[in-house]
Amino acid sequence: MKVAVCVKQIPDPASDYSLDPDTHFLVRPNEQVLDDTDRYGVEVALQIADANEGSVTLVSMGPSGNLQGIRQALAMGADEAVLVDDDSLKGADSLTTAKVLAAAIGRGDYDLVIAGTESTDGYSGVVPQQVAAFLELPALTYATQIDVDGSTVSIRRQTAVGYDEVSASAPALVSVTAGVVEPRYPTFKGIMDAKKKPVETLTAADLDVEVTVGQAIASVEDAPAREAGEKVVDEGEAHLRIVAALEQAKVV
Amino acid sequence: MSMLVFIEEANGAPATVGLEILTKVRGQGDVAVAYAGPGGDAVWAALGAHGATSVHHIATPEDGLSHAAVATAVAGLVEDIDVVLVGATYDGRDVAGALSAFTGRSVLTNATDLSFDGGLTVTNEVFGGTKLVHSTLSGPGIVLIRPKSFPAEPGDGGSPTVSTVELPDIGHAGSGSITGRHAEQAEGPKLEEAAVVVSGGRGLGDAENFALVEELAGLLGGATGATRAIVDAGWVPYAKQVGQTGKTVKPDVYIALGISGAMQHLVGMKDAKTIIAVNKDEEAPIFSVADLGVVGDVHQVVPKLIEALKAR
Repeated sequence: MKVAVCVKQIPDPASDYSLDPDTHFLVRPNEQVLDDTDRYGVEVALQIADANEGSVTLVSMGPSGNLQGIRQALAMGADEAVLVDDDSLKGADSLTTAKVLAAAIGRGDYDLVIAGTESTDGYSGVVPQQVAAFLELPALTYATQIDVDGSTVSIRRQTAVGYDEVSASAPALVSVTAGVVEPRYPTFKGIMDAKKKPVETLTAADLDVEVTVGQAIASVEDAPAREAGEKVVDEGEAHLRIVAALEQAKVV
Repeated sequence: MSMLVFIEEANGAPATVGLEILTKVRGQGDVAVAYAGPGGDAVWAALGAHGATSVHHIATPEDGLSHAAVATAVAGLVEDIDVVLVGATYDGRDVAGALSAFTGRSVLTNATDLSFDGGLTVTNEVFGGTKLVHSTLSGPGIVLIRPKSFPAEPGDGGSPTVSTVELPDIGHAGSGSITGRHAEQAEGPKLEEAAVVVSGGRGLGDAENFALVEELAGLLGGATGATRAIVDAGWVPYAKQVGQTGKTVKPDVYIALGISGAMQHLVGMKDAKTIIAVNKDEEAPIFSVADLGVVGDVHQVVPKLIEALKAR
């Protein structure tokens, strides 16, 4: 079973994010990390490939930088990576991103496409569904559990009240929530091997994708800040202050 | 500007976020609704009261995973529509994503406000709600709107016209099926609607201590919530997650126990009327939004609080 998994390199979430004052695009340093939510997708892909004599290809779009994030995913055990890096894609919206990812995935003959539900830096949360639509695949979304039996893919799909059991035949796309599996940590051998694994870099033109611009940021402003209230250090009686606050809010 | 609002059915009624959107756009000319679900006279009346002037009813099968098929049906309705507005629910996101690909429309996501002065401007919050980004569409587009961005209030709108749209057969892309449905959250008020929400984070130490959160919520007649960290850790189900990737809540009182206040969490709760936080790290970002911040150990403070409330 050939599995493609969408991954993204993002600025370290522990660092302060900023927007370029001219373009309003997120400032991306040369060293970016693998989006933590993608570790779940990579792990799912690896487990399915392991159980079904398969392979795992990473598919990504964005500035290559020093490839640290991609190497992190390769170190977990993925076989190879395809990265679309093109200046014309800077600030691309979810539609263009999905078009690019779908075109890159469409070059291979994959049985399964895995993606996280949304990236930690962009949060658009619609790219998996767009990719599935471009590839004309059923989209099994928000998976909290996934099983592959032959060509049948079954998931538990997160809903507002619980979950649905959903299934479709491969080829299909599955978007996974964090927590679907416990991602493995790369071994030392994995980290060493990752340096030698193939990373193919493509441009939008290589994929014959037309870059469209459907939205623009007009302005950015600071949100009105909520003022911090009172801070008390507990010396054994702070719970009484909470009771008083609850009384004031008229909920007790 | 012509608008169409996509609304799906939830528990026999229009999804609340759909009524919130209708309330917001009421008065901006004709508003069409594409409605997916069984529907019925009560549903049409509710849509009309909230501002829909026409309804395209897309009947969906119980057991079909039909987001892409629904999106195909909606695509056939929006040729003359400038903006398609969709609530950012699970189903809404699936339909909006597929619709975007099928129609080539750009999607503005995570919208928390809309302005119609001189064309549509869409606002969303980034960096944990510390920055507001105002965006415009350069052509026909889709806007995904976060629940609770606007109140849902019926107006004096009359009955909308209702027409039926067939769900198309789109082959393999529409071939998924739903084989079972499960509800997890049965007791107490719903997280999104509760007047009091008590949430727990990593600072609770381990999964068993979530019982403190449950007991306090029970005493206050509130709902329990959680951070992404403890949901990912498997302590509580995803349905309880509050934050950017979880639910948005705006209760009268939000009590954060052992929650540091990551940006991803703050986005989901910072608009609570009163925020009370207990955390032992006095530098925790949660204190920057808390009306009352207690620097202390949740394992000391919360049991005493529970006793004090019980003694009342």
